[in-house]
Amino acid sequence: MGGWQIDLFLAAVMIGITNGAFIALIALGYTLVYGIIELINFAHGDLFMLGTFVCLSSLTLLGFRTEVGIVGTPWHALLIAMLAAMIFCGVLNVLAERIAYRPLRRAPRLAPLISAIGVSFIFVNIGLYWQGPTPQRFPDLLPQYDFVSQLLGITSLVRFTFKDLFVLSLAIPLMLALAWIIKNTRIGKAMRAVAQDTEMSLQMGIDVNRVIAFTFLLGGVLAGAASLMYGLYNNNTVFTLGFDAGLKAFTAAVLGGIGNITGAALGGFVLGLLSALTITYFGGQWENVGVFSLLVIILVFKPTGLLGQETGEKA
Amino acid sequence: MQRRWTSAAAAITALALVMGACGGAGTGGTTGASTAKTVKIISSLPMTGASRTQTVEIVNSIKMAIDETKIPNVTVNYEALDDATAAKGSWDAAQEAENARKAINDKTVVAYIGTYNSGAAKISIPLLNQAGLVMVSPANTYPGLTKTGKGEANEPGVYYPNGKRNYARVVPADDLQGAVGAVWAKDLGAKNVYIVHDTELYGKGIADVFRAKAKEIGLVEKGYEGAQKADNYRVLANKIKDSGADLLYYGGIVDNNPAVLAKDLKAVAPNVKFMGPDGINCSEFLKQAGPAGEGIYSTFGGVPPEKYTGKSSEWLKSYDAKFNNKNPNAYAIYGFEAAKVVLAAIAKAGDKADDRATVLANVMGTKDYDGVLGKWSFDASGDTTLTQFSGSIGKAGAWAFSKELAVK
Repeated sequence: MGGWQIDLFLAAVMIGITNGAFIALIALGYTLVYGIIELINFAHGDLFMLGTFVCLSSLTLLGFRTEVGIVGTPWHALLIAMLAAMIFCGVLNVLAERIAYRPLRRAPRLAPLISAIGVSFIFVNIGLYWQGPTPQRFPDLLPQYDFVSQLLGITSLVRFTFKDLFVLSLAIPLMLALAWIIKNTRIGKAMRAVAQDTEMSLQMGIDVNRVIAFTFLLGGVLAGAASLMYGLYNNNTVFTLGFDAGLKAFTAAVLGGIGNITGAALGGFVLGLLSALTITYFGGQWENVGVFSLLVIILVFKPTGLLGQETGEKA
Repeated sequence: MQRRWTSAAAAITALALVMGACGGAGTGGTTGASTAKTVKIISSLPMTGASRTQTVEIVNSIKMAIDETKIPNVTVNYEALDDATAAKGSWDAAQEAENARKAINDKTVVAYIGTYNSGAAKISIPLLNQAGLVMVSPANTYPGLTKTGKGEANEPGVYYPNGKRNYARVVPADDLQGAVGAVWAKDLGAKNVYIVHDTELYGKGIADVFRAKAKEIGLVEKGYEGAQKADNYRVLANKIKDSGADLLYYGGIVDNNPAVLAKDLKAVAPNVKFMGPDGINCSEFLKQAGPAGEGIYSTFGGVPPEKYTGKSSEWLKSYDAKFNNKNPNAYAIYGFEAAKVVLAAIAKAGDKADDRATVLANVMGTKDYDGVLGKWSFDASGDTTLTQFSGSIGKAGAWAFSKELAVK
């Protein structure tokens, strides 16, 4: 490559942050559920995959399946698709909790874990049946505009496109809103109480079932929002998407300290950045080696993850 | 209580009967004349994932070949197995091994058509080799499967534990394809190339052939790396742009998201040409790439349907009549040829049609076979004597023939 170049580095950082935003949003779904009922919800990645399919189907219904190079972005269609995905994923996640996890809440730890794997398989096969076994193209509906070269007039490897702006300006407010809900609302307080001590919360008159259902709803809604961003950003989706996305997000959640909301978001961004830098400086075949080496090192020295202890919740 | 037990027993008996009937279907039909035989051909191709469009066409072709070939006193059954899993979305080593074992254990099976992916062939060849079952691939192009000195040091011997060849392929291998790709790249005016492979046996294999030939003919290598399947390749696209390369060669299969790489590369460096081997020469690649597929180069063995003449154009006519598809992907015709060669070997075996060793010897000994691909033979290592390649360009969502590429 010939020496260290600042623009190659910055370009990688930029891409890493955007890629990290998706991972962070999905990671939040893992960490929310784990924080409350200590369940690794293996179906969460697949829920996200179904979200991309809802977006794709909504856009198809609205007549934007194949259009490319559209001048005016159909914002109303995107909004409808996103709301549809958010509602679908939220409701589906609540249903999964009601049907597959709640009856097993008092069963040994492994039982709900296995039923989560079962739900994951069900989701994958719904996806397979829905959009077929081949990857589907997601319409490219956002404006092709690069702020760095077109607005600032700088020719560089670094790009900050409209797509990056779209992802970040949706993902970050969503994360802040989540943090606000947990910190300031009644239900948020109840969530924290249930996370600390379920039995005691029950005795204090908190409707634990409702709180847990709400947690699943939040996780699902975030996955639904992430799915539209993912589709518009990467322009493709396939029924196996959930496995890889889920693995990355789960890693991010563990990296940040599973059960910790800020940790999951941080873990997502760290993971995105690390992948981008590993590809830039060591080559694509080392991406997972780089990411998972870091995970091992962090867990060896700090088994609770980056922010695992600070909140004092279940870590 | 007594009643319940009786009905349970009845249900189990019924189930056993049904299962027995299913299991026996393959071996039935031996009644009648003493010479009447029932044999079975199994195919193992990835039917789940991005390759599906192509593999469905191959399976159709095999069915068509079996339907139209009548062998006296021999009934040929056919079963299409999937070597991909839904969990992986592309071929899976464990599934391929299971398919091979299934074929071995079914004594009526006399030939195994497959695989699609060279990496999968690596798994099944040695298994079938030990069982003395012949395998004919319509699509494997990794040279090391058959050729000495073209792959790893222990290849191809490591695939044939009993020392006897049982594997042949009707497509020309990548030691030719990678080289014609490099020559074509130079003809297109490329001077600096960046080589990316999908880290699989086939992808890395052909990328290495391209790399060696590129060096030989004076193309400058600006980068060489593996890239696993990813959601996007924006970082890699930046690296390629930064390297100053004017052509990217991608060694790999459509399942590993090269269409996304093409799209991401076009977004940052629209002038860098994108070339790939037969692994991307399918309609699925262009469908996924969308507008970024415009102007992408790909190479493959043989000629595209629009250039079919004589027997191949007749084949295309009947294929279209049967499956309503005027422009099947490059490997459909190879599926037909693979099945026909196997059927010819079964027919030649006569009374020994159900003898694996005889069918094996007949397939491997195919000489001057006059098929839909022209007149060709299998050489001693099981490779076709055909060496024709074509180059095509992505135009408006379809592959358009560009030129014939000769092996130099």
